[in-house]
Amino acid sequence: MLRVDGISKSFRGLKAVSQASFEVPGGAIVALIGPNGAGKTTCFNMIAGVFAPDSGQIDFENRKIQALRPDQVCVAGIGRTFQIVKPFAGLSVLDNVMVGSFLKEKTASGARNVAMAVLKKLHLDAKADLPASSLTLPDRKRLEVARALATRPKLLLLDEVMAGLRPTECDLMVEVFRDLNRSDGLTILLIEHVMRAVMALAQNIVVLHHGEIIARGAPAEVVRDPAVLECYLGEETEV
Amino acid sequence: MRRQFVMLGILGLLLLALPWFANPYLLSVATLILYLAYTGQAWNVMMGFAGQLSLGHSLYVGVGAYASAALFVHYGIGPWAGVLMSIALCVALGAAIGFLAFRFGISGVYFALLTIAFCEFTRIGFDHLQWTGGSGGLFLKVAQRDQIDLANFRGPPAMYYYAILLLTALALLGCYYLLKSKAGYYWQAIRENEEAAQALGINTFRWKMLAVVISSAMTAVSGVFFAFYYNNLFPEQIFHISRSIEIILGPIIGGVGTLFGPILGAAVLTIVGDGITEILGALGWEIPGIKQVFYGIVMLLVIMFLPHGIWPPLARKLGLGK
Repeated sequence: MLRVDGISKSFRGLKAVSQASFEVPGGAIVALIGPNGAGKTTCFNMIAGVFAPDSGQIDFENRKIQALRPDQVCVAGIGRTFQIVKPFAGLSVLDNVMVGSFLKEKTASGARNVAMAVLKKLHLDAKADLPASSLTLPDRKRLEVARALATRPKLLLLDEVMAGLRPTECDLMVEVFRDLNRSDGLTILLIEHVMRAVMALAQNIVVLHHGEIIARGAPAEVVRDPAVLECYLGEETEV
Repeated sequence: MRRQFVMLGILGLLLLALPWFANPYLLSVATLILYLAYTGQAWNVMMGFAGQLSLGHSLYVGVGAYASAALFVHYGIGPWAGVLMSIALCVALGAAIGFLAFRFGISGVYFALLTIAFCEFTRIGFDHLQWTGGSGGLFLKVAQRDQIDLANFRGPPAMYYYAILLLTALALLGCYYLLKSKAGYYWQAIRENEEAAQALGINTFRWKMLAVVISSAMTAVSGVFFAFYYNNLFPEQIFHISRSIEIILGPIIGGVGTLFGPILGAAVLTIVGDGITEILGALGWEIPGIKQVFYGIVMLLVIMFLPHGIWPPLARKLGLGK
């Protein structure tokens, strides 16, 4: 569904991502992991159209998307969340999500129905009328997801949505994404540091380090890979 | 919800009945309030809804006023055709400014500076445009005030009062529907966080342009009203930056981004501003510029104690929504 082919990006001479290639097949859940500063969010931003790669190509459903603007990428069917949450603080939770659902809905009542359904899925429906600025950080992360989901994407990019969640909340989110993946056929690409969630969700892991992909494969294999152990998990660890 | 309609209905009836019991002075104050309320509402579409700060809105008032007045003075073309010309000109101007700003990523205070710049050089341009009388001004023949000539929009003060009342009501209704529609949601999203809005599939350039176009078109109409109500136009007056500030004071005092804020703000400022001047005048104190001092004080108080304007807390007290 998504094919990233040798993309590179430098910021003032600093190579953030170099020659990264990976694929996200339709219906899959793929995790992009790596230490801080590995270039994960830069990868996301290139896919989402925030900036174009210096070289390389990004295909989504056999269409080149590397020259598209963020809104065009969203219209093409890719929803995203931001690592640093960006709620529409002055609007209510419901209104935040309605902004997303207006992409496919013409009327306010249609958009409201879709938004409420999404909020229910993310267990935010009880807070629908609260101003977004009053939400706690975990709830704001959930709101990010809800807003992106309301645009009804085919591929969802999740940028560290588990960070700051308690283990039980994390498991709840994992369930939500599993359910979306299974019943709605949503494809997911996630950046995540919380290994508990990565191991529970991902069928495939891509490991970035210093902007380069150093390993890829099934979770159980990747976490045993010596290169990954060295750079990311430390030299000796128990998994 | 019902309460809102009842209160709005009572207010509407009061305003409709006003010319029967108001003296000419009161009627002119009411007309001025509604003129500022309507123009403030137009500005509010751009700043309050879409978050684009214009500090040069008198550009659209002035161009709208001059276009219709010049057509009337030179060719005898009435304001009904003139208003179309005014709207077309103002929309073209607004679109040009919006295109320049949004295409090249000028936002925030720099966008505000751009709007001031356009307004200022238009003022200077009109100072030298002989076709509209230059700095000497353009004058409409003051018609007989007791006959209503709707075709040329000439008549007694009450006619102007009803015209601006109708405009204000239409603007309120139009803004209500805009705010409840996709456009309203998209504008507010852009206002709150443009990057997040874009990530949700919003073509921010296009929607910001729409806000500018609607706002400038509405303000053009207020210019036409100004021309035919006051009958004289001077570039130094109509395009002056203090006029732009006057337009935005109402919505800021009343509540930026709210539907009723511009109306309430215009009423509060005008009533108390003129009230102070009147009271001091009656006491025998003629203090030039006291109104501006008062505006400053009100502004200070609102910023300190009601940073979202008077309307939001008042609406809560009255048990109304937004």
